[in-house]
Amino acid sequence: MPNPMLQFEIKRFVKLDLFGLDASFTNSSLFMVIAVFLISLLTIWGMRGRALVPTRMQSVAEISYEFVANMVRDNVGSAGQKYFPFVFSLFMFVLFTNMLGMMPYSFTVTSHIIVTFALAAIVFIGVTIIGFAKHGLGFLKILVPSGVPAMLLPMLVVIELISYFTRPLSLSVRLFANMMAGHAMLKVFGAFVVGLGLIGGWAPLAFMVAFTGLEILVAFLQAYVFAILSCIYLNDALHMHH
Amino acid sequence: MEPEAAKFIGAGIASIALVGAGIGIGMIFSAYLTGALRNPSAAPGQFANLLLGFALAEATGLFGLVIALIILFVF
Amino acid sequence: MPQFELQDFAPQLIWLTISFVALYFIMARVALPRIATVIEERRDRIASDLDQAEQLKQKTDAAIAAYEEALATARAKALGIAQETREALAAEVDAEKARAEKQIAEKTAEAEKRIAESKSDALTHINEVAGEVAGAIIKELIDAKASKSEVNQAVSKALVN
Repeated sequence: MPNPMLQFEIKRFVKLDLFGLDASFTNSSLFMVIAVFLISLLTIWGMRGRALVPTRMQSVAEISYEFVANMVRDNVGSAGQKYFPFVFSLFMFVLFTNMLGMMPYSFTVTSHIIVTFALAAIVFIGVTIIGFAKHGLGFLKILVPSGVPAMLLPMLVVIELISYFTRPLSLSVRLFANMMAGHAMLKVFGAFVVGLGLIGGWAPLAFMVAFTGLEILVAFLQAYVFAILSCIYLNDALHMHH
Repeated sequence: MEPEAAKFIGAGIASIALVGAGIGIGMIFSAYLTGALRNPSAAPGQFANLLLGFALAEATGLFGLVIALIILFVF
Repeated sequence: MPQFELQDFAPQLIWLTISFVALYFIMARVALPRIATVIEERRDRIASDLDQAEQLKQKTDAAIAAYEEALATARAKALGIAQETREALAAEVDAEKARAEKQIAEKTAEAEKRIAESKSDALTHINEVAGEVAGAIIKELIDAKASKSEVNQAVSKALVN
């Protein structure tokens, strides 16, 4: 059976060096660039008509815009409008890299923990900076739950601190593990199809077809969850609900 | 015991975390359906929360899977 | 496991930074403002169209009201004309009828007069005839000669009875 992890291998296409760091153009870089290109294509070329009655491409672009705009409005409120372009970029980037990964022989950028962790770290650091910039040291009150007995407070503060610092971890591991597990599973069942051949291969093939549908759902869902959790964290920093 | 065998046993034990994810996802969908059948008009408004809960419950189980994979492939 | 190959981290992080920053600036500077304007324009257009429709509806309502009023006036006028015509016709008919009745009454009166004349004529003649007949009968039956005046007196007495 072929190693199901082999599909996640980074292949260097062009060896590059940036100030002593390895900045090679890899298959991962390629799919990042394709995703950025496709998103720009959809949102700029798709909107070229600026039609009153939208074409199909324009409709898709407008629906994505409205979808993320509603998400930001519902979860952050009017104060979040400033961060809308960031949430939109984040959502579209994760969605497109996930969806591109669903194509056979493609590479799933988000199946690498370092990529998802970097995205989650941007959110985490950004949200923390916004919180301190807006509330000063008062932002530390986010760690103190209200209405608990003083005796329990030290323990709860520690728990809150841990939960605050595991946010980027859970955010990144969720996306990475979902994408990796799904693709590895598809690979394993693909190997079953080949292994069982023409006689017995139909059952795993049927399962794979259904599972591919589920994976497309998961690809969308994870992008949605990533964006909405970023919105929720942002809302915490801006409004400090507790 | 062979270290290799211990790795496989450990990975298998770590995979048990997915049981919790399965239970959690089942509870989320059962609660959603119960609520949706009692008050169908309020169901579409909670669909986003359903997906969010599903993703959160699934993630905790996947942490276990990641641990299993790390045991298998990293050490 | 390729995800934990440390030497692969740097290129991925660098290219993620490049592509994500590029994406962010393309979205924030070019794409999203454009989509926002298009959606805004559409919303304005729909609002103004609704306004226009509302105005047109008001105009239509006014036109309908004016039409209804004109119709009511015309109907009232028509009713007046019909009433007048009917009255004029009725007056004419009445006059004609009155004239005809008068004529008929005149003719009736004339006829009655004539009848009365002929009746009285006939009555006088009856007296004469009765007197003659009575005289003749008396003569034949009793062969007595009764004077003419006597007979006439008796006859008229009998006739009156």
